[in-house]
Amino acid sequence: MAARGQFQVELDKIKILIIELAHGAEKSLSQAVEALYNSDLELAKEVIAYDKLLDKKDLEINETAILLIAKQQPVASDLRRLIVAIRISSDLERMADNAKNIAKSTIHLGKDHGIKIHSELKDMRDIALKMIDLSIKAYENEDITLARKLAELDDLVDGMYSKILTELLEETATDPQKIQHIMQMAFSGRYIERFGDHATNIGENIMYLVKGESFNLN
Amino acid sequence: MGVAMMDKKFVSNIVENDEYIFNIEDFNLWYGSNQAIYGVNLTIPKNKITAVIGPSGCGKSTLLKTLNRMNDMIPGVKTSGQILYQDQDIFRKKQMVEELRTQVGMVFQKPNPFPKSIYENIAYGPRIHGIKKKKILDEIVEKSLRGAAIWDEVKDRLNQNAYSLSGGQQQRVCIARCLAIEPNVLLMDEPTSALDPISTLKIEELIKDLKDKYTIIIVTHNMQQAARISDKTAFMLNGELVEFTDTDTLFSNPKDKRTEDYITGRFG
Repeated sequence: MAARGQFQVELDKIKILIIELAHGAEKSLSQAVEALYNSDLELAKEVIAYDKLLDKKDLEINETAILLIAKQQPVASDLRRLIVAIRISSDLERMADNAKNIAKSTIHLGKDHGIKIHSELKDMRDIALKMIDLSIKAYENEDITLARKLAELDDLVDGMYSKILTELLEETATDPQKIQHIMQMAFSGRYIERFGDHATNIGENIMYLVKGESFNLN
Repeated sequence: MGVAMMDKKFVSNIVENDEYIFNIEDFNLWYGSNQAIYGVNLTIPKNKITAVIGPSGCGKSTLLKTLNRMNDMIPGVKTSGQILYQDQDIFRKKQMVEELRTQVGMVFQKPNPFPKSIYENIAYGPRIHGIKKKKILDEIVEKSLRGAAIWDEVKDRLNQNAYSLSGGQQQRVCIARCLAIEPNVLLMDEPTSALDPISTLKIEELIKDLKDKYTIIIVTHNMQQAARISDKTAFMLNGELVEFTDTDTLFSNPKDKRTEDYITGRFG
């Protein structure tokens, strides 16, 4: 191990940054949905501002990984570890973007929009948060059993999203003047659903890292 | 026995679609009482570049030198098993060693041109093989120097001493010297380790160009070089062949943990 001690230190550093970014994305989604339910515009603004920090962290991970590839010329699992770090970081950044978009919808809806917020959105959020937690544990421990579980949860989120969408479509028929607001709700559902997709991508990347082959968990 | 049989099957599976030039079967080698190579089974595909990598003392240079019987000159060397070159045992009594070395040429780590003119370095081999006519020798010299991608650099100074050339140029002259006697195989023992990065890349380009006509077996400490230029890579450790597969596979997803640990710099 001593032969590449410094390299290992750098790899560990990237891992820590990714875990931090994951916790950031987790916090963003949690707060964004909370802000949506409570029409808390201040909290929504905080989520949007916080996203800039997460973008920076994603850049930092990318730059560190690219520099390591250039300087250390890694091969085999080391190379995969860095490629996967870049990909996972990008997924996490997109997950945080989805949370930010929910916050934007919250602001768009405003304080007294009078729209019923579906409780399923909260359920979707809970599963999406479980997914990010699982994906990051799978990444931390390079555990493909955990990674595989993400596929089941993703199906669950997809199913819930379809259901919400059908209900919202019915509402547009009965309450056409609220279409703008209902669309924001549909978007929010879509953002959570995409959040879950990215978590599944992380699972696929972990399987690639461990097995050296590509897998499709979707 | 069971393991050796499995290894053999494993190795021959890899090259089933390729024509092979060397077939090494259960090969062992001792320097006196020290065993340097243990039960190696390996088939070398024809017109491909095969790289042999491994830490110092793993037996890779020994294996390479055995392929044209350069180890014969070392006292106390003993071997067992078989090495077939074009289906003929290279250790058979009838094997003329000079004939084997004509067909299986060698390029060494340090450029070792003769202290003669560039022209004479190339013409020396063919002349020994009985070619006397100046016109034919001229043609061979030009063809060989062209083949080694150095003709344009030396065509106006063929009578200069080869030592006046740079290290990279000297190495290409040495490769041209090998080509002059029209071998089938070029063995290369760390051919760029004494060269600067640009000369190294030139030799690497040359090696890739040469594989259409020749089979190349290269021993290298430079793993990136093996990854860049070879089609197949063999990883040796402590005299054993650990893994032999497509270079792309070996450097992206090796099957053996020892290979992974070596190529990722965890030991060696």
